[in-house]
Amino acid sequence: MAGSKMVSLRSARQHSIRIAAAVFLLPALLFLIVYVAYPIVESFITSTMAWNGMGRKRVFTGAENWINLAKDINFWRAFGNNVKIMFLSLVFQVPFAMALATFLDVTERRGAVFKVVWFIPYLISSVAIGVLFKYTLDANYGVIASISKLFGGGGVDLLGNPRIALYTVIGVVCWQYIPFYMVLYLAAYGTIPVELYEAASIDGATRSQYFWRVSLPLLRPTIVSGMTLSIIGSLKYFDLIFVMTGGGPGVSTELMATYMYKLSFVRYNMGYGATVASGMFILITLVALIVISTLNRKTEL
Amino acid sequence: MKSNAAIYGKKKFSLFWVLAIVFAVVWLVIAGAPFVFQIFTSLKTQGEFITGGLFKIPDRLSFENYATVMQGGFYRYFVNSVIVLAVSLTLLLFISAFAAYPLSRMQFKLNRPIFGAIVATMSIPIHITLIPVFMMSIRMNVYDNVIAVIGPNVAFNLPMSIFILTAFMQGLSKEIEEAAEIDGCGKFAAFFKVIFPLSKSGLATLGIYNGVVIWNEFIFVMILTQSQKSRTLPLAIWEYQGQYSMNTPLIMALLVLSSLPVILLYVFGQDKLVKGMMAGAVKG
Repeated sequence: MAGSKMVSLRSARQHSIRIAAAVFLLPALLFLIVYVAYPIVESFITSTMAWNGMGRKRVFTGAENWINLAKDINFWRAFGNNVKIMFLSLVFQVPFAMALATFLDVTERRGAVFKVVWFIPYLISSVAIGVLFKYTLDANYGVIASISKLFGGGGVDLLGNPRIALYTVIGVVCWQYIPFYMVLYLAAYGTIPVELYEAASIDGATRSQYFWRVSLPLLRPTIVSGMTLSIIGSLKYFDLIFVMTGGGPGVSTELMATYMYKLSFVRYNMGYGATVASGMFILITLVALIVISTLNRKTEL
Repeated sequence: MKSNAAIYGKKKFSLFWVLAIVFAVVWLVIAGAPFVFQIFTSLKTQGEFITGGLFKIPDRLSFENYATVMQGGFYRYFVNSVIVLAVSLTLLLFISAFAAYPLSRMQFKLNRPIFGAIVATMSIPIHITLIPVFMMSIRMNVYDNVIAVIGPNVAFNLPMSIFILTAFMQGLSKEIEEAAEIDGCGKFAAFFKVIFPLSKSGLATLGIYNGVVIWNEFIFVMILTQSQKSRTLPLAIWEYQGQYSMNTPLIMALLVLSSLPVILLYVFGQDKLVKGMMAGAVKG
């Protein structure tokens, strides 16, 4: 009798925990279902329709949009631009951010002024940065053009030249995000136990040995998560580039997200816009899975 | 803060230090030059800017651009930004604390799958939700109303916030909560009287981190609103830029004004912001 009472008491307790958990989780799940899960399903449904967004008439067209997407040179070019940004961002962001963080860590408080100025680019909204650089890089009145004129040169059009616009944009992206990774690495430096410095110094480690053999291995998990963030973020870019170039000149800086936006909210081709968004979702999810599984496997070794 | 200054700092005036400082100064110029251009230009008149060129020092400082921006409805955008920030952030912090509590401190069957699903949401591009959320806001009659932006703001910042708070709450001691339960506290009383107050520092970190993100949010405001009465500061920049695109000094004044609040926040909440970033990237 006593035994069964114990069991029922425990199950009653389990039951009350389940109810409490459900109540606490409810608001969050509600928001995620309404604003994330349902829209994803709805977008995939819309991707099989011809629809201009006005009125309710949606015409089911089956796989037509998807076949068009597979053959859409503009979409794949945009994806290619995203991938270029992704690779070049990694190549520049990781070493520069690491160098800055190492400098700040080494100088401690003496480098505080540098830290404050270096970090500001990350705080400003992408829209403000996009507009700022549009003017900073202006072919006639911008900073670089003005310097060129000072030395007797002509105007310099870094954003208006289709062959170099993408690389200019990548430069601005790095300018904006390097501070983020810098602070990330700096925070990670703060977690390295001070005993390790002492031990290495007693063993006679030089500065470079210290960096490569002690700091870098310990910072690796942070570098990996920073890289993951950068890769996934690169495929989602929108604000900065939309404001700075609008995807142009031509389609030279078009991204998946700017292409999706224009299709849906400028040309009101919402059916195909939803297909592009869904394609983007699939590609990003695949890349995220690959990146997370490969990078995380390497760290564990 | 611990640092490896001890090992690097042994020799004071070596080649290493010369190179390091040159690098630091070069980077200071790269990071700061656009802002110098911004502030310097904002203090000129348009005529002076066009005829005198970029490097000409103005005869007198002109604050007319700032006055023009302020008169052009800047106030309305600012108030909207504050409303959106306040409501979104309050909801976000409460809801993520609610969710993190059972995920970090209760044993139930779906604990891990729910946590995993929430974390996985972090890599979802917002663009796939734009069309349905846009349609939804029209159906719910909140299109072109600041309220429309709050839902997406909360939803898309929830996963990371829950993730960080879950880790934070796992670090709180079990004993206090158990003591509260023995004293007759239910789960809800334990949450409001014990866990939530103990999470204050974690919530402050998250608040500053998310505050910057929400303050700068652009795309949802752009698609969910269309008139000045309901748009926020990033949209003010976007609209002025279309309207006064030839008046560079005016645009620069607008950029200075709209960035000030975030820079002030950073000056006061530097440590918290860094902590938030660190916590967020542990498993991005």
